[in-house]
Amino acid sequence: MTTNILLAGFGGQGILFAGKLLAYIGMQQDKQVSWLPSYGPEMRGGTCNCSVVLSDAPVGSPIVLKPDVLIAMNKPSFVKYEPAVVPGGKLFADSGLIDIRSERTDITEYALPASVMASDEGLPGLLNMILLGKVIAELDLADDATVLAALRKCIPPRKADLLEANRKAIALGKSS
Amino acid sequence: MAEKVLMKGNEAIAEAAVAAGCRHYFGYPITPQTEIAAYMAKRMPKIGGTFLQAESEVAAINMVAGAAAAGVRTMTSSSSPGVALKSEGISYIAGMDIPALVVNIMRAGPGLGGIQPSQGDYWQCVKGGGHGDYRNIVLAPSGVQEMYDFTKLAFDLADKYRMCAMILSDGVLGQMMEPVAVSASDAPPFCADGKPWALTGTKGARKPNIINSLYIEPDTLEVLLDKRYAEKYAACEANEVRWDEFLTDDAEIVVTAYGAPARIARSAVTAARAKGIKAGLLRPITLWPFPKVPLAQLAETAKAFVCVELSKGQMIDDIRLAIECKRPVSLCTRTGGNVPSPEEILTAIENAAKEAV
Amino acid sequence: MAVVFEKPKGLTDAPLHYCPGCTHGIVHRLVAEALDSLGITEKAVGVAPVGCAVFAYNYFNCDMAQAAHGRAPAVATGIKRANPANIVFTYQGDGDLAAIGTAETVHAAARGENITIIFINNAIYGMTGGQMAPTTLPEQVTQTSPYGRDVTVAGYPVRVSELLATLDGPAYIERVSVDSVKNVRKAAAAIRKAFQYQSEGKGFSLIEVVSTCPTNWGMNPVKALAWLREHMLPYYPLGVYRDKGAAQGGADA
Repeated sequence: MTTNILLAGFGGQGILFAGKLLAYIGMQQDKQVSWLPSYGPEMRGGTCNCSVVLSDAPVGSPIVLKPDVLIAMNKPSFVKYEPAVVPGGKLFADSGLIDIRSERTDITEYALPASVMASDEGLPGLLNMILLGKVIAELDLADDATVLAALRKCIPPRKADLLEANRKAIALGKSS
Repeated sequence: MAEKVLMKGNEAIAEAAVAAGCRHYFGYPITPQTEIAAYMAKRMPKIGGTFLQAESEVAAINMVAGAAAAGVRTMTSSSSPGVALKSEGISYIAGMDIPALVVNIMRAGPGLGGIQPSQGDYWQCVKGGGHGDYRNIVLAPSGVQEMYDFTKLAFDLADKYRMCAMILSDGVLGQMMEPVAVSASDAPPFCADGKPWALTGTKGARKPNIINSLYIEPDTLEVLLDKRYAEKYAACEANEVRWDEFLTDDAEIVVTAYGAPARIARSAVTAARAKGIKAGLLRPITLWPFPKVPLAQLAETAKAFVCVELSKGQMIDDIRLAIECKRPVSLCTRTGGNVPSPEEILTAIENAAKEAV
Repeated sequence: MAVVFEKPKGLTDAPLHYCPGCTHGIVHRLVAEALDSLGITEKAVGVAPVGCAVFAYNYFNCDMAQAAHGRAPAVATGIKRANPANIVFTYQGDGDLAAIGTAETVHAAARGENITIIFINNAIYGMTGGQMAPTTLPEQVTQTSPYGRDVTVAGYPVRVSELLATLDGPAYIERVSVDSVKNVRKAAAAIRKAFQYQSEGKGFSLIEVVSTCPTNWGMNPVKALAWLREHMLPYYPLGVYRDKGAAQGGADA
């Protein structure tokens, strides 16, 4: 089985990091994984997206054009990529930042006010992890131990103090 | 087995170079390969190596030529427009018979083009690029593990044959992360002891070494070229051809692709098989020397070939030459920085299958 | 019998190909003598340019590389960075150093690269048969400035020593000439000092040697030397343009 995931939003929202965590979760499960960022001028503050592929077979194209799972963190990304989600796919959107909903009936939308939750819970900048928690729960992607192990791979030792906040944010997303 | 780490293709190249004993990197910033330079800038000072940001691509390749002449493992990396500037130096490296690694993380051209992936430098890198008769060993990785493995291989081949080895890759592979099994990276710096021709000073122990590409007498130069082709380049063609085949045993439609498109083509081949089309994939790993023999063999049984490349038909010439135009070869291409989807390649396979009946 | 004069060990036995009266031979000898007297010939690595001195690799009795046109400072940088214990020098003419190789020259100097450049300024492209060089004087007639260098069209000559002396990187820059015995002696001392500085790790050194090209100037050697004194030296004043060693010693450079 292959899961094509596309994460999209503004630069600075932690899109690449969230993608990396997904890739490490896949690695913990001995899956084949790839992670591909958009690159170039858009890295300097504009839109940003990241393709992650988790698969039981060698990854073919690392470029996700038709996502099974779309994680949208701003409205332009929602507008751009929502039509590309494959039928039967899942769409995760930060409803705190995106004031529209999908009208498609062939996909499942999970709207979560992750940005609002992040500021309410004192987890600034962690809307990416809250959304990812929701993704992990809805896709039944991994247990807590696997997620923690993956987090440890992603967070360098010098930033170890951020581990707990990230874990908390993921748990918040999972339970909402 | 060593634990795998998630690594960008560009980082894998840099890490592999260090593991291969390279301690001298010279470069100039250009997207989408700058991670290699950034990695080296961080790493080299800590392991007693040299990272030097040159004033230009031209200077960088000539610094590489100097360091190579002095007997150390050395490299530069760039992207298409920068590699064009390096072509002069690459020609000199060929003429001087010295080993070096040049990495090209291709972007779209011509001119400034764009910064998204491309394979438009196939001719530039595989056919020479610089002036004069010469060859480079050109390796085309198709994943991040191969970016790592082929970098080490490229240094070995460069040293073995005293010539320039190139990694020809693209923006997708440079930027993407995949799990990589890395070997111990504490290899000692490669030293000139095994290179008696190197410029290290005579130390009063031998006659001066001269590293030169100038031979003013036509007969002298011709003899040298003949020898280089008959010995060095012929040995490469005899011993160093590398390729990968997938489901080609009974293939009627043979897809050819290298680099990132090859992995997409592999998905398309699998999809074609599911639809009952006997498709297979031949992926050249060395673009020079080119896998002519396996292609010619496949041409005996296959009905048609599909060449997938991110260029307007460059590698396709070599496919046609290899199979002596015995079978039709169609081109499946996206350019400008675009990459074909598996579906687009599948359609090309289906069309080839229809026409081949 | 006492030996009063002999060929430096730093030169090979290969006969020089230079034209009669050309000053390259003198400068080759000065470089070789400097290497010998400092005992560094055996660890020297030279880089030959493209230009009349392209065959320098046949003449210096040390390891030699031959670089692409203008790239000698980059090649020398690679050699020096690979083996910092070697003494690395380039030997370049004005077209090579001050036209096509300007970037490599300026940036090697700016980095304070610990190499020595011997720069032959004879105001003309010699090997290709006498075309206008970046150092060709205003009004000077060459094959490609047949009516004299018109500065409104071809711009002005480049004063390399002065230009590089504006940088912080160089340790030693001196302009010398080999037009007279006195000046040859001064040039010998300057070249030796440059290599001395490199040996001491002081950094980048460049010795600009104002030279002649009797063949392409269309003069006999004696007249060429007179022309050098009359026309070149006023435009290219001799002297020390940078001396970090002297500055450290408190003397005024």
